[in-house]
Amino acid sequence: MIELEGLTKRYGEKLAVNNLTFTVRPGLITGFLGPNGAGKSTTMRMVLGLDHPTRGDVRIDGRHYDRLKDPLKYVGALLDAKAVHGGRTALNHLLCLAQSNGIARSRVHEVLDTVGLTSVARKKTKGFSLGMGQRLGIAAALLGDPRILMFDEPVNGLDPEGIHWIRTLMKSLAAQGRTVFVSSHLMSEMALTADHLVVIGQGRLLADTSMAEFIRQNARSYVRIRTPQREQLLDVLHEAGVTVVESGSGALEVDGDKAELIGELAARHRIVLHELSTQQASLEEAFMQLTAQVVEYHAHTDTLVDTWSRQVPRREWGADWKKGS
Amino acid sequence: MSTPQSPMPQAAPTWQTAPGSAYPSYTSPIPVVRTHLGHALASEWTKIRSVRSTMWTLGVFVLLVLGMGLGAGALVANSSSNVSSLNPLSLGFFGLLFGGICIITLGVLTTSSEYGTGMIRTTMTACPSRGRVLVAKAIVFFLVAFVVTLVTASLVAFAQVAMVHGAPEPSGGEWLKATLGVSLYVALLGLLSLVVGSIVRHSAGAITIMIGAVLAPMVVALFMFSESLAKVRQALLEYSIPNQLSVFYSNSLTSSGPSGWDPLWIALGVTAAAFTGAYLLLEKRDV
Repeated sequence: MIELEGLTKRYGEKLAVNNLTFTVRPGLITGFLGPNGAGKSTTMRMVLGLDHPTRGDVRIDGRHYDRLKDPLKYVGALLDAKAVHGGRTALNHLLCLAQSNGIARSRVHEVLDTVGLTSVARKKTKGFSLGMGQRLGIAAALLGDPRILMFDEPVNGLDPEGIHWIRTLMKSLAAQGRTVFVSSHLMSEMALTADHLVVIGQGRLLADTSMAEFIRQNARSYVRIRTPQREQLLDVLHEAGVTVVESGSGALEVDGDKAELIGELAARHRIVLHELSTQQASLEEAFMQLTAQVVEYHAHTDTLVDTWSRQVPRREWGADWKKGS
Repeated sequence: MSTPQSPMPQAAPTWQTAPGSAYPSYTSPIPVVRTHLGHALASEWTKIRSVRSTMWTLGVFVLLVLGMGLGAGALVANSSSNVSSLNPLSLGFFGLLFGGICIITLGVLTTSSEYGTGMIRTTMTACPSRGRVLVAKAIVFFLVAFVVTLVTASLVAFAQVAMVHGAPEPSGGEWLKATLGVSLYVALLGLLSLVVGSIVRHSAGAITIMIGAVLAPMVVALFMFSESLAKVRQALLEYSIPNQLSVFYSNSLTSSGPSGWDPLWIALGVTAAAFTGAYLLLEKRDV
């Protein structure tokens, strides 16, 4: 179990991590989600005692990381797969880590086998592909057979086969009762793996819920309408008190599950409809909407609420960030 | 995908929650070992022997010391000049001065290369006691540098004494200084480089600083013509690293300044101070 309490990290003027309080529980995969630069890696480095928090506290089963007597058997972490000396062989890289925690040499061969790198064990790691490097990082994390695993963006740069392998691995690790804490900036990836979700943006906690709850709360549905009698329909909907937003491609969009209502209104007023469809916003969109809120609050608070929620997902990520804080 | 868990309140966690209570917890079959310095030493030994830069720097070091030492010995042995006042051991000086650059480079790389590659984060995660990592690196590197220098310097010393006929037999004290003394001095210089590498965290920067520290005082002193700077010039010459190294061969460029085993104590003091600084910085800074 990893417990963060009011964890804060400031780099000069910038608050990289702002008062984070949440708990990562055993037996589940906890997805740690946020756009690039949200403070995920900084938070993970603080969990591992690499960076000192400006304020607040983070503990592993009640203890600070640097008080762990057998750190690799407690926490296995993949922070940056490239954080190896390229001139060292995979075997020696893992061996020096194993020795630092008194782990038997046989375990090095075991984990090399687990990640499928046995055939290149005696090759220098600088010749490794992105996927092989990632596998080596995972081998290092598994070395001590730890009860807590932390992966920072583990699927970055992996091919579909590698992504599938990591997903399966994480699920089996969690099923064994281990704590699995995995960061990502891809909601779609998290939706497939995580049981619990912690979302941060600009270093602040935005959500801490189960995956199912997040989907229920955040997946927005709306109705898309196309009609040649645009003005007439707008008038009718306005009279009925339905808020309409124009989407980029000339279609109209109405929030919520109102397809029946709109269809009946159109029929009653003899308006021709070319399209009337209920759309389910993707989780990716829900996530962007969530993180965009933090951003937008700082940027232009006067913007109409129901126009920005529609526009934001189509905008380039982080386009407003620099203006934001 | 769905979990039985209800949405979690964002309340502050209570540290009192016993590990794994109410939750399933994984227990590894691997026995738990309390880690100590011995583990860190084994790890650092694996690291230093498993990279090619160690072989390169030490290989070049041995070649330089042997090549220049034996070359100087051969030159003197074949020359017709009078060697009756020559200490044959002093012929090893140039080899060790230039070879020392290799030891400096290896010392710097031992710490700074981990920052360059990012390996340091892996290292510090595996061993969160940062001081222990620095101490283990220092011990392993110092022993490697000392043993290699001692063997090479002794070989050269024996060869030179055997080659140069007619020179006086060196005394026991001279033997000791030219083998054990220079080896400790060069290894300490390497250790200082390791510490500087840990402070600067940048290979090229730290190597430049160390080579500058070796060469600059002498070069600067050479250009101090002004009378008013005479004393500074003298001190720079006397305490420059090449001159201090030559003290071990009792052929110092100056008559005053450090003598006997003084250079070793000076190097020890400087290295200890730098080590303390590096240790404190390591604890304070983010990795």
